[in-house]
Amino acid sequence: MTAHDPSLARPNAPTTTYRYDEYDATFVRERVAEFREQVRRRLEGALTEDEFRPFRLMNGLYLQLHAYMLRVAIPYGTLTARQMRRLADIADKYDRGYGHFTTRQNLQYNWPKLVDTPDILESLAEVEMHAIQTSGNCIRNVTADHFSGVAPDEIEDPRATAEFLRQWSSAHPEFSFLPRKFKIAVTGAEHDRAAIMVHDVGLRIVKNDAGEIGYQVVVGGGLGRTPFVGKIIRDYVSRADLLAYLEAIMRVYNRFGRRDNKYKARIKILVHEKGIDEVRAAVEAEFAAMNRSVFSFDPDEFERIAAFFTPPPYESLPAESAKLRTQRVAHPAFGNFVDVNVSPHRVPGYAIVTVSLKPIGGIPGDATSQQMRVLADASERFGFGELRVSHEQNIILPHVKQEDLFDLWKLLDGAHLATANAGLVSDIISCPGLDYCSLATARSIPVAQAISKRFSDLSRQRRIGKLGIKISGCINACGHHHVGAIGILGLEKKGQESYQITLGGDPTFSASIGEILGPGVSAEQVPDVIEHIVDFYLAERLEGEAFIETWRRIGHARFKDVLRREGEDGADI
Amino acid sequence: MALISDGRFIEDDWRRLADEEALPKSGKVVVSLARLEHALAHLPEGVSLGVNIPNTTDPTSLTRALSRLELVEIAFPAFADGRGFSLARLIRRAGFTGELRASGRLLADQYAHALGCGFNTIEIPDELAERQGESQWQAARAAHARTYQRGYVAPGSILDARRKAAAQ
Ligand code: HEM
Ligand code: SF4
Repeated sequence: MTAHDPSLARPNAPTTTYRYDEYDATFVRERVAEFREQVRRRLEGALTEDEFRPFRLMNGLYLQLHAYMLRVAIPYGTLTARQMRRLADIADKYDRGYGHFTTRQNLQYNWPKLVDTPDILESLAEVEMHAIQTSGNCIRNVTADHFSGVAPDEIEDPRATAEFLRQWSSAHPEFSFLPRKFKIAVTGAEHDRAAIMVHDVGLRIVKNDAGEIGYQVVVGGGLGRTPFVGKIIRDYVSRADLLAYLEAIMRVYNRFGRRDNKYKARIKILVHEKGIDEVRAAVEAEFAAMNRSVFSFDPDEFERIAAFFTPPPYESLPAESAKLRTQRVAHPAFGNFVDVNVSPHRVPGYAIVTVSLKPIGGIPGDATSQQMRVLADASERFGFGELRVSHEQNIILPHVKQEDLFDLWKLLDGAHLATANAGLVSDIISCPGLDYCSLATARSIPVAQAISKRFSDLSRQRRIGKLGIKISGCINACGHHHVGAIGILGLEKKGQESYQITLGGDPTFSASIGEILGPGVSAEQVPDVIEHIVDFYLAERLEGEAFIETWRRIGHARFKDVLRREGEDGADI
Repeated sequence: MALISDGRFIEDDWRRLADEEALPKSGKVVVSLARLEHALAHLPEGVSLGVNIPNTTDPTSLTRALSRLELVEIAFPAFADGRGFSLARLIRRAGFTGELRASGRLLADQYAHALGCGFNTIEIPDELAERQGESQWQAARAAHARTYQRGYVAPGSILDARRKAAAQ
């Protein structure tokens, strides 16, 4: 076994992510104590269920179909090995031995008891974690690129900004009772892996002509029942003005966002109804009127935070490991894993590994406590004790030596964590749907499982190439179906589940909302339909063309045609 | 209605004047926003004036009145309707130094938020006050002794504390 030099491995003491100081620790403990008190007052009758609800939600606790659901924040998707182990322990002690990683860098437990939740929160606080603002009409857990700090195409690690915003948004006196939830995502790279165009506010780290770092601010994106791609409200906001500018946006939204209809309460609707120009004018007027110096950004504080996100002590290695080259050839299954699940790292000799939580026929995003522990071990042995959670519901090991990949792969394979399908058709994003969710109109997990089984042949998947399938069990769109190259939305029609297929969604900077292909199909038909679409794409694509490019080139009508023809051929679509 | 000031229930010495009721010769009265213009124009010496405003009020429409008002009361139609928090901030920003009051079904759990945004007093229905006594209001305020934000009213700012610690 070639592990890292023990002096370099820093179990439980990473320096590559933020560590709480006494203020952060006290703050989180105070939130736990406050929630414990709120639970007590609820049981005692000082708070009615309606009154308790927003506070329960602000602590991540939902009431679900079968039980409560607790949503734990994984800020900017970064976890230490120690934190991952704690998530596993909580899953064993308070849940049924597993957890569900979501599309917003959260982890959900599906079976906690109300009375246990303060203890769970306390247990999280011990490892510098919390569930604060993972739900409710407030500023939610700030998400970021899961390749932060290691992506070759990065201008700046966005996690310092995200942590800065996590603190600023926590228990905000003015913005904790917004018209609706508010989601912020940050990216610092050329490629958008954080879906910033479909967030309430998306921040893109940019350099201005003078070479200074600032932010392009996108507002009003969102999925749900009325999907919108966000619009640029300002091309450049200096770092010094970031908080002020965000406060201006929040204040305009808090005052003018609709509160008469919860389905029209997101900022995307304000932007849609008033137009981006009017919203921009209101935000700029507020920005000009505020005293920016009072609460303004403190450069020293930003630097203090940024210093936590420094690179780990990498070794100097050749850009390509000769050992890896031989191992890839000698072990084809490993070679496939490297081809599909390993991405280039900015440091020579290192690699980024995506651990798929999408085994063929499995539940997307679920991990057992045992798997969590294996992942924690793997990160300590091969990756400086750091893990990431991606919005594709997978786990990332961000700093693995190329020469360690084979040993890592064996370890993962032993825990059923080596499925070589990252980004391929079976790497499906799916919401919990009717199996867990009280709002669902159809099942989504079984549909994901059926598609995954249909495409179980991994070599076929590799021939098809990168292709994102995303499934939601109702129009709330938790599964991001609008931005799936292939999107599937489960609805209910006359007591029957009916699945609407959309094509051409794109969650990156070139964001687009998928277009509905035709009438809904039954659950049983979904795998056939997906297969027809994929086959048509394979027949039509030009050399090296991604699905979305083929779609954009040949258009809606041709794809629709195929389905119609398939229908005539007898497949009842 | 019950009134909370500094964590205690206190007697309210303001009287709400119905729109058709004549202005008194003395005392402290609260009028509606519709009545404000008229009340200011005919304000007897010795009368302290307050106004009750909806949370949708445009704060710039109050700018001229603010210096003559001793109380501004912002209505909270529902506790989860947070517009009053932003409006309070804007009224403070416009230079109002008198009593700023939140009136509605606010919960003890929102006390720190209200104080943070510049409110001094909270007026709640008696039925709610019976369930949520002084100790709950005090505990909720104490639970937010330190905050991450700056520019809001709070006993302690984490950023300032860090800055101070770093300077030592
Ligand atoms: C199981 C319980 C869940 C419930 C009750 C629930 C409820 C909702 C609702 C009502 C919305 C729409 C809000 C709106 O449009 O204003 C929403 C949006 C969303 N949910 Fe969930 N959700 C659940 C689980 C999940 C899970 C497991 C994920 C991740 C896999 C998730 C990710 C999201 C995302 C990313 C959105 C944002 C779409 C957008 O608003 O732009 N949710 N959820
Ligand atoms: S999309 Fe609908 S069914 Fe799926 S988790 Fe969200 S609310 Fe539930």
